[in-house]
Amino acid sequence: MTTMLFSKDEWGQGLLAVGKSIKVFVPVKEGDFTAFQLLAEETVPDWAYQNTRMSPKSIVYPQSEGMFKYSLEEGDPEANIVKEAPKDYTLQAVVGIRPCDAHAFQIVKRNFDNEEFRDPWWVQRYEATTFVGLGCNEPCATCFCTSVGGGPFGKNGLDVILHDVGSRFLAEGLTAKGEDFLAGLTGGQAAGEKELGEAKDLEGWAGEKITAGISTDQLKNKVVTQLFNAPFWEDVAFSCINCGTCTYLCPTCWCFDIQDEVFGKKGDRIRNWDSCMMPLFTLHGSGHNPRDKKTQRVRQRFMHKLKYYVDKYGNGIQCSGCGRCVRFCPVNIDIRQVAELMNNY
Amino acid sequence: MENPYLPYPVRIDNITVETEDRNLKTFKFVFLNPEHEGRFKYTPGQFAELSIAGKGEIPIGIASAPTEKGFVCFTVNKVGLVSSHLHNMKVGDIMGIRGPLGNWYPWDQMEGKNVVIIGGGFAFTTLRSSIIYMLHPENRPKFKEITVVYGARGPGMLLYKDELAQWEQRKDINMHITVDSTNDSTWKYNVGFVPAITEKKITSAENAIAIVCGPPIMIKFTQPVLEKLGFPPERIILSLEMRMKCGIGICGRCNIGDKYVCKDGPVFSLAQLKTMPPEY
Repeated sequence: MTTMLFSKDEWGQGLLAVGKSIKVFVPVKEGDFTAFQLLAEETVPDWAYQNTRMSPKSIVYPQSEGMFKYSLEEGDPEANIVKEAPKDYTLQAVVGIRPCDAHAFQIVKRNFDNEEFRDPWWVQRYEATTFVGLGCNEPCATCFCTSVGGGPFGKNGLDVILHDVGSRFLAEGLTAKGEDFLAGLTGGQAAGEKELGEAKDLEGWAGEKITAGISTDQLKNKVVTQLFNAPFWEDVAFSCINCGTCTYLCPTCWCFDIQDEVFGKKGDRIRNWDSCMMPLFTLHGSGHNPRDKKTQRVRQRFMHKLKYYVDKYGNGIQCSGCGRCVRFCPVNIDIRQVAELMNNY
Repeated sequence: MENPYLPYPVRIDNITVETEDRNLKTFKFVFLNPEHEGRFKYTPGQFAELSIAGKGEIPIGIASAPTEKGFVCFTVNKVGLVSSHLHNMKVGDIMGIRGPLGNWYPWDQMEGKNVVIIGGGFAFTTLRSSIIYMLHPENRPKFKEITVVYGARGPGMLLYKDELAQWEQRKDINMHITVDSTNDSTWKYNVGFVPAITEKKITSAENAIAIVCGPPIMIKFTQPVLEKLGFPPERIILSLEMRMKCGIGICGRCNIGDKYVCKDGPVFSLAQLKTMPPEY
C-alpha cells in the first residue's frame, strides 16, 4: 500500500483538482462549530478541527431524502403509481473524516445492507464514497473510541488515513478505493523513515490522551429482560427532556420515518431521520403506544445501542465512541455512565 | 438494485362493508401487472404495506389465502390518516401494495396436529386466511381437528359473516362463534367472552397448537385459560401489531428487544415473547 507525503498546500490543490470530477466533502468552520461541506474553489478547509458537531452520516444517508414521486392528476394514466425518484450517485469522497465516524458507517452498514434486504439508496451512496480519514492528534475529553474497538488512528471503515505531521499530511492508502484516490491526486512524494516514525509517535501520544472509557464486556451475558427491568432507568431518564439531540448527532443512529408530501397534483414519498426519543415514533393508529413514557424511550435508546445491537449482531455495541451525545446533551446524560450501570448490573 | 420500498400498483376490485358500525371494510385488490401477482407469494400470517400516493402506507394483515388466486384481500379498520382515506376510496381506484412482509404462522409445526384458532374482534383477518388455506382440499388432510373460537362485541361486529355461516355447516371444522352480548333473539350461537367460551369448548391441548389473535385484553385473559388446558408456551402462537414504516427491519421503530415485529414477527410464540421485554 502507498504511503505519500503532501504539504498541506499541495493537498488542498490536489483536492480541488479531484473535486472537478467527483464530489469532495471537507470539514469547514461554521460559526462556533465545524461541518462537512462540499469543496469549492473558495472553501477553506479546517484541518485543525476536533470533530464536526453533526456527524457525517448525512453524506451517505441524507436527513431528508426523496424515495418516490407520483402524480395525482386526474386523467393521467400513471396517476397514483409511485415511481423511483431520480438519484445521483456521483463518486464522492469525505476527506478528513475522523476514525470514529468512519467506524460508525461500518456499524450502521449491518442495518442497511444485510442478507435479506439492501437499502438501495444507502448502499449505492455508500459504495460511491471514498473515506479519507484524518487521525486525531488531539482527541476531545469526551472521546472514548479506544474502548469500543477503535482509536484516534483507527483504520476500520477507512480507505485512506492521514497523519497530520506539522505542515504536512502523511497519507496511507488502505484499500484499492483509497489507492485510486491517492493516485488521482497531484503532487506528493514518497514518505521517508523519519515521517513514518513521526506518525507512529503521534499514534502513541494520541492513544494516551484518551482516558475516558466505556465498560461493555459483560453486556452480552446479561439477560435482556432483567436489564430492561433494572431499577436505574427512572434515574437515568430523570433529567431527559426528550429533545432528540443525541439521536440526530449520533453517527450510528439510523432510524427514519416515511412521509408523503403533496404540492398541487405532484407528490413525493420522502424519508426523514426520526428519533426514538419522540412519542410519535411508536404511536399506533389505535392510540396505543408501547413507549408513551419518557423513561421507556430513554431506555430504548440505551438498550438498543448497548444490548439489542450486541445480541442481534454479536459484534460489539452500536456506538463508535465519538462522544457527541455526551458533549451536546443539554442535561448531561452520559452514555458512558449508563453503560457502566448496565455492564455492572 | 431491487428496491424493497417500491409498491406494486393495484386496482381496487371490490369493497365489502363488514361490520354494522361501518368501520371495517374488506378491500379486494387486483395487480395491474399480472407478473406482480406471481412475485407477491405469501403464506397465511403475513402482512403487507397498503400504499396510497399522497397519504402514506399502513401495515395490514393479508386476509385472503394463497389458495385464492387472482386477487388479494385486506380488511381495514378505519383509525388513522391512511385507513380513513382508504375507506373513502372506490372500486377502480389505483393504489399500491408492498410485500408480502414478515413471518407466518408455523405451518410446518402445525402439520399433523389439532389446530385451535382463537380470534377476537377485527383481528380475525389472517385467521380467515389460515382457515381458507387449511380447508382447501389439498391442505385439509395435513391437519387433524380444526377448532375455531371467534368472538366480537355483537353479531353485527363479526367479520366474514357469510363464510362463518358456511363453516358452521361443515363437518371438517368446529366453529364456536360468540358475541359479548346481544338483544337479538334469533342469535343461535354462543354468548360470552372469548376466554370463557374457550374454557368451555376447548377440552384438550393434546397434540394441539393454538393461534390467538385479538385485542390485548382478550389475549391477556385467554392465555391463562390455554395454560390451564395444558398448552405449553411453545404451542401458543400470537400475532402482534406495531407502528411500522419500512416493513423490512431497517427503519428501527417496531422493535421489541432485538426483534423487529415487521421482519422477525409479527408471529411469535408465547415462549419467545417470555424471553423478550414486555414492550408491545
